[in-house]
Amino acid sequence: MKTCLVVDDSGVVRKIARRILEEMGFNIIEAEDGAKALDACKRAMPEAVLLDWNMPVMDGFEFLGHLRRMPGGDAPKVVFCTTENDMDHISRALHAGANEYIMKPFDKDIVATKFQEVGLIELPEQTPV
Amino acid sequence: MTPPDYEYLRKLLKDLSGLDLSADKQYLIESRLLPLSRKRGLAGISELVQKMKSGSASLVAQVVDAMTTNETFFFRDKVPFDHFRDTIMPEVLKARAGRKSIRIWCAAGSTGQEPYSLAMCLKEMSGALAGWRVEIIATDLSQEVLEKSKAGIYSQFEVQRGLPIQLLVKHFKQNGEFWQISPEIRAMVAHRQLNLLHDFSQLGAFDVIFCRNVLIYFDQDTKINVFGRLARSMEADGFLVLGAAETVVGLTDVFKPFPDKRGLYRPSGARGTFAPAATAMPRMAAIAGR
Repeated sequence: MKTCLVVDDSGVVRKIARRILEEMGFNIIEAEDGAKALDACKRAMPEAVLLDWNMPVMDGFEFLGHLRRMPGGDAPKVVFCTTENDMDHISRALHAGANEYIMKPFDKDIVATKFQEVGLIELPEQTPV
Repeated sequence: MTPPDYEYLRKLLKDLSGLDLSADKQYLIESRLLPLSRKRGLAGISELVQKMKSGSASLVAQVVDAMTTNETFFFRDKVPFDHFRDTIMPEVLKARAGRKSIRIWCAAGSTGQEPYSLAMCLKEMSGALAGWRVEIIATDLSQEVLEKSKAGIYSQFEVQRGLPIQLLVKHFKQNGEFWQISPEIRAMVAHRQLNLLHDFSQLGAFDVIFCRNVLIYFDQDTKINVFGRLARSMEADGFLVLGAAETVVGLTDVFKPFPDKRGLYRPSGARGTFAPAATAMPRMAAIAGR
């Protein structure tokens, strides 16, 4: 089973993301800021990271920089999930090594299509008409 | 909704758009038409039907729009676009190397996500297409939908369904809460209002036709008829792409499935010899509609 690290300082968002991703077959680990997320990655590298941008202690952008420099840190697919929804933030994230980008608010369909895009989940047979 | 009101709407939709509602789709009509009724200041479906019967053509058009417009998204189902890039285009590039022109038709272009997805695919291949004339024609039944397609403006939700983030960065410009596709991509797509039930031979012959998720709403005879005319609007070595829930098998032999590529078909060369109607079960809706 693939593991997804959900990093967000909002417990509500983590809970919603957990429900969506568990339904998609992921094992979930939660972290409430970038520093705690890095600790989690040192313990065991996840296959996927769903990453908020603005968080106390260490933000998502800084976390991504540290992650990509860690041994094995280029492996996880990182999908930002943030209220930062302007081109400037998106470009910076992609430059720093993010694989995909979700602008909040999000729903199950958006998470599913983004995770398909980076090859974390298989395509469904078809989308409903 | 009274049964006569339902019958009236069902017949009208079938005649005007080909939409073939079975006897139990009251909920669908209510979910689509109650908001429209409210917008027009009408009390409900009965009053809406009264108004339509009294001859309000604009209202009839809005009803058809509301019932036939469906949500779509960029690179919907993904597989057809893989077929387009990996199977269709390499063949077309070879076959048309002489005349260096490609004509593509999105027969249910809707709000633009499908034709623009194809345009973005082609943009990625611009090296191989240098000096080629590429035409994408998007048609739809609804003028309102076509206007949205032409504008190429999408909500944050819409640009997140199926569109890879790199393509958003590359081809879209942000304007407040909305995202507009670039003038360059928009210029690759021509728009035309068109009802598939009517003659479309004036559009000419195409190398590639995307006709996805529209025929499922048609009854069997209409499907067979449209397939026959699509075949006549296509080059002998062209490609037809259908939706994942659609097929020609058991309906017509004018197209044959492309081996191992789901949803992909080519003209068979047989022109208009149809599978015998007796092998197929006519649907109740099709009979009741007459």
